[in-house]
Amino acid sequence: MPDGIVRTERLCCSYRTGRVLEDITISVEAGDYVGIVGPNGSGKSTFVRALMGLCAISDGSASLFGVPCNRFSAWGRIGYLPQSLHLLNPLFPATVAETVGLGLLSLKRFPRRLTHADRVKVDEVLEQLDIYAIRSQLIGELSGGQQQRVLLARALVNNPDLLILDEPTAALDPEMRERFYALIGEINRSRRVTVLLVTHDTGAMGKFASKMLYLDKRMLFYGNFEEFCRSADMSALFGEHSQHLICHRHEKL
Amino acid sequence: MNVIEILSYGFIQRALLAGTLIAVLCSVLGVFLVLRRLSLIGDGLAHVTFGGTAIALSLKLYSASSLLVSLPVVLLSSLGILKLTEKARVGGDSAIGIVSALGISAGIILASMGGGYNVDLLSYLFGNILSITTQEVGIAFVLFCVVLLLLSLFFNDLFAIAFDEELARVSGIRTATINSVLVLLTALSVVLAMKLVGIMLISSLLILPAVSALQLARSFKACVALAALQGGCSVVAGIFLSFAANLPTSAMIVLLNLLFFSLAFLARRYFNHRSKSHN
Repeated sequence: MPDGIVRTERLCCSYRTGRVLEDITISVEAGDYVGIVGPNGSGKSTFVRALMGLCAISDGSASLFGVPCNRFSAWGRIGYLPQSLHLLNPLFPATVAETVGLGLLSLKRFPRRLTHADRVKVDEVLEQLDIYAIRSQLIGELSGGQQQRVLLARALVNNPDLLILDEPTAALDPEMRERFYALIGEINRSRRVTVLLVTHDTGAMGKFASKMLYLDKRMLFYGNFEEFCRSADMSALFGEHSQHLICHRHEKL
Repeated sequence: MNVIEILSYGFIQRALLAGTLIAVLCSVLGVFLVLRRLSLIGDGLAHVTFGGTAIALSLKLYSASSLLVSLPVVLLSSLGILKLTEKARVGGDSAIGIVSALGISAGIILASMGGGYNVDLLSYLFGNILSITTQEVGIAFVLFCVVLLLLSLFFNDLFAIAFDEELARVSGIRTATINSVLVLLTALSVVLAMKLVGIMLISSLLILPAVSALQLARSFKACVALAALQGGCSVVAGIFLSFAANLPTSAMIVLLNLLFFSLAFLARRYFNHRSKSHN
């Protein structure tokens, strides 16, 4: 399998209830911003989780940075923002700075101690994301939008080459959502960070993503956004009106 | 009798030293267990300790020697809880319940075969820190150093897993290994704490300082430090008060912890109310 940021070859995943992903073959290059869309239960989260070894690959293969996922160990190259952190314990006693500092552990060897230089890095990313002022606050006391920003800082603090975001805006209102996507787009462009973003928000993907992966247990589409707009399958997937809306918004950008 | 006189007793000195070390350990571990919703593992392992101690007593091994049996039994059981959770599609609480029931029933059968409950076994049920021997203090000190060293080496890994296990895995942390380390350290501390508060009350020593600290702490490190402080203070104050009032030490330690928790809860409500009215 040739090198690249993400490669999958006929990737399949199964749970006890049956197969949830079948024959997914994609190639993601450096600097791509891939929007992963599809209906509920279509396997979007399973796909990114399989890449990180969080659920088993039943067939086919996948690699990150040219290394098969089951042997991948350069976790410092990945920043991950999972879907389930809305379950965050409100009494969890970590400050914003402590939470973001956890993102640096992927770069550390045993015993994973953080140094003064690490604390400077944490402060830098907090400043970049405009949350330095709340660095000493407990994460459980923040609003959903602030928490999401902190967790994004945690994913970015190790300066990753690949950012994997699993429905990061589920807890945000539409305005915050728009700002969040714009921020990810800016990070993608300015730092050339490759982004895999799982979302239901196909409209927003039209604005920001360079590639689309449409899943419904199988891969229904993978390619550039422009191809997605021209695709005959597009109308079948979203209806003519939606096609106009998504592609029009993309052209306006 | 004044404090100096009380401190002149050798058994009080031993109780204070061993008790503080054990309470600090339990309190620090408790923070991780409570945040991982594994608080009742202490209870489960304590029941296994009852079984282990019953085996030791049936083999005529008493005091420090009984640790030779109960320690490996409890360590293996703690790993058993993890394996049940991972392999048998059993939730953490159910796994603790299964191992706990096994431990207590094995203890009852062995005690009954050995001629019923005797004073030694009852002292393990309710604790008797004032009867701790110099040898047991030495063992407590060595185990305290071992657990503290391991805790400091794995502190950030444990913190990351307590925050979110999946995120920790994607940070390259070997979560299965660290989970094993956590339950093994807990098992060691539970065996040590058996003499301090007894099998029936061990879980309170793991839970109460941690939940009190969670009420007030403004950072993770502060939370661990506050829990350790409460654990240590409750043992020192509990020993003095129980000695002065001629009451059971273990129950006094637990009641003091409960009092600290109530105060922490009220303080948190007060501070929350004050900050809301300022805003």
